[in-house]
Amino acid sequence: MDKFRMIFQFFQSNQESFMNGICGIMALASTQMYSAFDFNCPCLPHYNMAYGLGILLVPPFILFLLGFVLNNNISMLAEEWRRPQGQRGKDPAVLRYMFCSMAQRAMIAPAVWVSVTLLDGKCITCAFCTAVPVETLGNASHPLLSQGEMQRVLARIPCKEIYSGQELIANEVAVRYLRCISQALGWCFVLLMTTLAFLVRSLRPCFSQAAFLKSRYWSHYIDIERKLFDETCAEHARSFAKVCIQQFFEGMSTDLVAAHCHLPRKTSEDAGEASKKLLGITDQGTMNMALKSWHRCKPPLHLHPPALPSGNGWAGEGQPPVHPSTPRRETAAYYSLV
Amino acid sequence: MDRFRMIFQYFQSNSESVMNGICGLLALASVKIYTCFDFSCPCLPQYNMAYGLGIMFIPPVILFLCGLMLNRQSLVMLDEWRRPQGHRKKDLAVIRYMFSSIVQRAMVAPVVWIIVTLLDGKCLICAFSGSMDPEKFVGFANVTPVQVEQLLAKVPCKDDELMRNNISRKAVSRYLRCWSQALGWSILLILIVAAFLARWLRPCFNHATLLQARHWSNYIDIEQKIFEETCCEHSRLFAHKCILHFFESMRQEIKLHNFNLPRKGERDEEEEDLLQGITDKDQVNKLLKTWYYEKPPLNVSQTTQR
Repeated sequence: MDKFRMIFQFFQSNQESFMNGICGIMALASTQMYSAFDFNCPCLPHYNMAYGLGILLVPPFILFLLGFVLNNNISMLAEEWRRPQGQRGKDPAVLRYMFCSMAQRAMIAPAVWVSVTLLDGKCITCAFCTAVPVETLGNASHPLLSQGEMQRVLARIPCKEIYSGQELIANEVAVRYLRCISQALGWCFVLLMTTLAFLVRSLRPCFSQAAFLKSRYWSHYIDIERKLFDETCAEHARSFAKVCIQQFFEGMSTDLVAAHCHLPRKTSEDAGEASKKLLGITDQGTMNMALKSWHRCKPPLHLHPPALPSGNGWAGEGQPPVHPSTPRRETAAYYSLV
Repeated sequence: MDRFRMIFQYFQSNSESVMNGICGLLALASVKIYTCFDFSCPCLPQYNMAYGLGIMFIPPVILFLCGLMLNRQSLVMLDEWRRPQGHRKKDLAVIRYMFSSIVQRAMVAPVVWIIVTLLDGKCLICAFSGSMDPEKFVGFANVTPVQVEQLLAKVPCKDDELMRNNISRKAVSRYLRCWSQALGWSILLILIVAAFLARWLRPCFNHATLLQARHWSNYIDIEQKIFEETCCEHSRLFAHKCILHFFESMRQEIKLHNFNLPRKGERDEEEEDLLQGITDKDQVNKLLKTWYYEKPPLNVSQTTQR
């Protein structure tokens, strides 16, 4: 138990920094993904906007969902939300706190992707190149083209090699213009996000700090309780398995003794630990039979008390009749504080 | 208790150094972001100034807000400021001290950004090339005012076809960069002298008050951390007790329903305790189902009458 206690305390005290670490890693991963991604504007009138805005908006959505998936606490939140009330009331403030803290962390990687995309400028250049104001930036003396023709020419702005409208509007001028707009949008987006985060973080202590402390305590509690319960069940399963297997071997040994009419051997006192551990199986044939029996006919998941003779069948098995009075009576008063 | 003592000492000695570390990391991050950022001046008359000054001033605001948010002490200070008085009086000197130390640390990264921007020169060249007096430079003499405006706006773009080998462009660019770097170095010098004077002259005024304020601000910080640690420890013990009571109540219920002869087994006492009287597949299933459908109440002050 001590070892588990130490591990729990480590995770509890470091859970925040652990989650922040995952958050930071996802943010770095999103920048890395962006730089590894080979952006290829289609340079066609109707496809540009779809491609550019798609690259700007679809990966953030995926990263947001991924942020939830990678967060271990999502199943804890779902469990707490859906459980029947039972003897313990449900506090919606706790659920809200858990959801908010998870959503805030999941928002970081998408925000980083959108910022990096806007600051780089390729997406906006691709998406809005057909909307460049040719009248102000371009050559006024150029013969007018039809609308469709102009769209086709402008759509090729991101693809310098095939751009044919240098006399209409210089490629560098258009790209610089679009990139300037994109970077301005990017910085404004980052400023907005940072201001929002700052306001949320600094206004919270001014209102409902006591309620916040309560929600935080109980959400940590639910997490720890779940982990401790899993650990207790694991320990129980281990003991259960150990006793079950022990009883299986003892059962085999008893059967073999009965079948071969061996006189029960009293192990001498100085036989030592090793012969006890042999559990009565001391030759190859017996061992093989034990292994075969383990595979073909696993014992039932029911541990019987070892001191009872095998003839007394019903003690502790199946559906025994309900005994009206028990030798000891214990009453426990339970009432919910939540 | 020894463990707690070690933790206290760690936090006491390192709270300041943790904050200084974060401050330094943010300053390095601001330099890195500036070098990674692809500065591209639009080279258009109305947009240059907005772009150049925007790049010079908006990221510092963002870095300042980040510096305030990443500093744990800002929450502690806000807490202390907004709490109801209760049994403990509020000392404004402590709050002022905490506020000034937080703001000082948060100002480092924005100042680094502004200085790096000025020393590099691109922002100022972009912002003020359109405001230059064309008569000072040779290449703009026989040109109409509109064209002058356009040409000056294109000075920051070296690769533009009009400006590629233009000597006047280089002259304007050098002139603006010189001003920019002079401004950058001057600001750096003024700030360092101010910091030096503040640090050296501070002990001459109100040193005792300063020591008190520093002590109590450290105290509030540590108290907050210990409270959180104690809450964690408490909730762990609470959960442990709650689960044990749950298993115990399940064992009681099973005993009520099954008539088990008192067992004297070769089994260890320890194993018996670990199994908690739950020795059957159905019993385990029932336990797990009850855990989900009827979680035990949050009350471990059980009253038992035996």
